[in-house]
Amino acid sequence: MEDSIKIENLTVRYDDRSHKRDMNTILNQFSLTVPKGTVCAIIGPSGCGKSTLLKVVAGLIQSSFGVVRFGDKPINPKNFRIGFMPQNYGLLPWKSVHDNILLGCQIKGIAKSRRADMRSLCERLHIETLLDRYPHELSGGQQQRVSLARVFLLSPDVLLMDEPFSALDAITRDAMQEVFLDLWRGQSITTLLVTHYVEEALYLGDRIVIMPERYTDAITIIDNPLARDKAQRMGQKFFSMSCALRKKIIQMRSRS
Amino acid sequence: MRVGRIIVSYLTAAAFLCMLWTCVAYIMELPIVPPPSRVLSRLVLVFFDSIAVHGAYSLFRIGAGLLMAVIIGYPLGVLMGYCRRVDRILSPFVYLTYPIPKIALLPILMLLTGIGELSKILMIFLIIVFQVVIAVRDGVRAIPSETYFPLRSLGASFGQILRHVIFPAVLPKFITAIRVAMATAVSVLFFTETFGTQYGMGYYIMDAWLRVNYLDMYAGIVTLSAMGLSLFGLIDCFEHFTCHWQER
Repeated sequence: MEDSIKIENLTVRYDDRSHKRDMNTILNQFSLTVPKGTVCAIIGPSGCGKSTLLKVVAGLIQSSFGVVRFGDKPINPKNFRIGFMPQNYGLLPWKSVHDNILLGCQIKGIAKSRRADMRSLCERLHIETLLDRYPHELSGGQQQRVSLARVFLLSPDVLLMDEPFSALDAITRDAMQEVFLDLWRGQSITTLLVTHYVEEALYLGDRIVIMPERYTDAITIIDNPLARDKAQRMGQKFFSMSCALRKKIIQMRSRS
Repeated sequence: MRVGRIIVSYLTAAAFLCMLWTCVAYIMELPIVPPPSRVLSRLVLVFFDSIAVHGAYSLFRIGAGLLMAVIIGYPLGVLMGYCRRVDRILSPFVYLTYPIPKIALLPILMLLTGIGELSKILMIFLIIVFQVVIAVRDGVRAIPSETYFPLRSLGASFGQILRHVIFPAVLPKFITAIRVAMATAVSVLFFTETFGTQYGMGYYIMDAWLRVNYLDMYAGIVTLSAMGLSLFGLIDCFEHFTCHWQER
């Protein structure tokens, strides 16, 4: 498949001397394909390695075995535009909202050509009046919008989101998911999304990957027909699917 | 508006100190404690004729020492904070030499570099450089690794990381270090200027003292204090313009 993210036999071990073992395995022979233009939601208990997985794809952890490809080339932050959205939004406290949004494009050397896009993007996200402020002066939801603006202004090849909506209250989270989808539909970026909310995974992910608690157990991949279907979101189908998903997660946990 | 308020607060403090000084002067009634009014009028009289040139020399020495300390200490601190291995090698050297009272090295410095400008500038450099190295190193170390993530995932070069993360993150700690070091530097400068020079505030004050000209001596002390105040003011201004993201 062209331009999909392909993770093949990925193994990550941390040097962990405090455990008196030399190595601490986080991921073992992990394989996953995210087709072009889809969202893959990864769900699993804390410590199962889902954030580590994102960091490897983002090129932040190099000491791993196996390959991550985008299209037919190994993924590398220098050759691709990787949009990485960490849990704490990744805004630099010493940069104004304006500079934070432009940072990604500045690093890639495309800041000048994106200024016009930035204006319309900020208007769409309703942050055009906040451009001179600093991140600590914003609410969580506003910081989230700024972070989204930064990532989408870059129009990345790959989008990686690490529990992006989990620090928000329930109502804001729902609103931000809509904002995200609105932007996402415009660019259809191949996306890996880590979450611990079953409903979020169901609403956003074309595919849902359930990671086991221990790296020795197998992952479960579920195709999700209800992805981004707003009409279904409050419906019976969505509810029963989320119950089934929960059951599956609990089953996997009790097995380990 | 804000600047106005700061100036008012400084003037209030100065007025309070002058009042205290006046009281002491009138209670003691000794030539060694003249009232501030006489000292200030003397200062106005002799400032441009004699004090200004001494002040300029002292400022030059502080400026040169500070510049040298930043040029050498800043990159060293960044390197030590960023690379654990460099820190492991260099920390022992820093920790072994930092506690040595630098003033004790003055005779050696004078023998090696002569009694001219270099020994005085080197002295100030030696006092400031350690504080810069340690503050910058700790500042770099204190940056959480997540702060680098958005840049690293974009394939940013070390230069870009330095510019967008390390430099702004370390700046507040760096400024604090300069502020602390500055006070020590001014007092040590005074001491070094009492040897082998005929210029500088240290020389001027000691000379006035030996001539038993207490008014000149106090005029010199007031100038030295004003110099310190302006240096601190300058640092505060610099901080205000570069670190305003910190102000709430």
